[in-house]
Amino acid sequence: MADEAKSGGGLEFHPMDQFIVKPWFGEVGDPVHWYTITNVTVWLALAVLAILGLMVLTTSKRAVVPGKGQSIAELMYGFVYKMVEDVTGKDGIKYFPYIMTLFMFILCANFLGLIPMSFTTTSHIAVTAILGFGVFFAVTILGFVKNGASFLGLFWVSSAPLPLRPVLAIIEIISYFVRPVSHSIRLAGNMMAGHAVLKVFAGFAQVAAIAPVAIIGVMAIYGLEVLVSAIQAYVFTILTCVYLKDALHPHH
Amino acid sequence: MATDTNAAAEVAAGAAPGMPQLDVGTFGNQIFWLLLALVAIYFVLSRVALPRIAAILAERQGTITNDIAAAEDLKAKAEEAEAAYEKALADARAEAQRIAGETKAKIQADLDVAIEKADAQIAAKAAESEKAIAEIREGAMEAVAEVAKDTAGEIVAAMGGKADAKTIGAAVSARMKG
Repeated sequence: MADEAKSGGGLEFHPMDQFIVKPWFGEVGDPVHWYTITNVTVWLALAVLAILGLMVLTTSKRAVVPGKGQSIAELMYGFVYKMVEDVTGKDGIKYFPYIMTLFMFILCANFLGLIPMSFTTTSHIAVTAILGFGVFFAVTILGFVKNGASFLGLFWVSSAPLPLRPVLAIIEIISYFVRPVSHSIRLAGNMMAGHAVLKVFAGFAQVAAIAPVAIIGVMAIYGLEVLVSAIQAYVFTILTCVYLKDALHPHH
Repeated sequence: MATDTNAAAEVAAGAAPGMPQLDVGTFGNQIFWLLLALVAIYFVLSRVALPRIAAILAERQGTITNDIAAAEDLKAKAEEAEAAYEKALADARAEAQRIAGETKAKIQADLDVAIEKADAQIAAKAAESEKAIAEIREGAMEAVAEVAKDTAGEIVAAMGGKADAKTIGAAVSARMKG
């Protein structure tokens, strides 16, 4: 990658540098242990603080007529609550705090990643894979606990003609196991691609002749990224709800 | 940031060429801090934020329900007051009509008495007048007969005739009767 950049007529592109995990204290290149405080730690902590500020501080007055902040908190609550209720039904409501946790984390991490010079925690496959596989295992275990062996009915499409059912079962099983992969790669891929493209456009701004175009491009893509950040948080959450619905009601 | 990250890039490039996302060495760090963050968010949300927002929403719903109930109550009261007002108005109107009717009847009675009295007076006066007129007429007839007799006598005398008063009187009387 570095070689490609060098060959581009003196232009230097480092679109992936923004994703490097490095210790927050100490020299660049110091070893990153599991406990090391890194830029990941800092931006995760900021996400926690953002959620604390957004959901706790704004509602501290418990006003019957809400202010701006409290309206936002209530909006978030109502949005996710309604999503969980609509998709999973009444019996899915008790998993609402978990889904709210996922939604708030992804939303805040995505938006914090849009701050220039920041680090986007959700652009890392390690992070999104934990989220995606976490949902996958939780939902699968929940499905077996709630339904026992009849959870396997999820793969046996009883509305299809009998000869087709084994074929469909194989397809259903494959699609079921692909879920966590697509679930996590979708989020990380979207975030990484958008941020990398931003950096590429910013790199072109080094050349005076095309700088205006490049800067307009950065602005346009930044706007798009704001949308993508919210939409990916929404997509991740609603897919989680859909998987949860499958676990609670496995029969088609 | 540029020079810093360039240096970092070189270092990282040595460790993991290509995407930093695939640098397995940093996975442990990311996963550890991510789990910590998720647990923190979960506790903040499930212990503080979500129950609080649920309570706020429930309270608001309660307030709205109470307010609507109070409004219905007030509306019912207003309707009651309006009905009472309408009733009072109708009563007053009926009373006024009754009083007006009574007064009218009384006045009518008075008027009838007065008219009767006036009629009687008028009838008396008319009878009196008729009598007077009859007297006058009678007097007038007599006067006419007298004048006719005198005139007839004079005419007879003027024509050179000679007639006694008795004959002339009988002739005039016969003529006047005819």
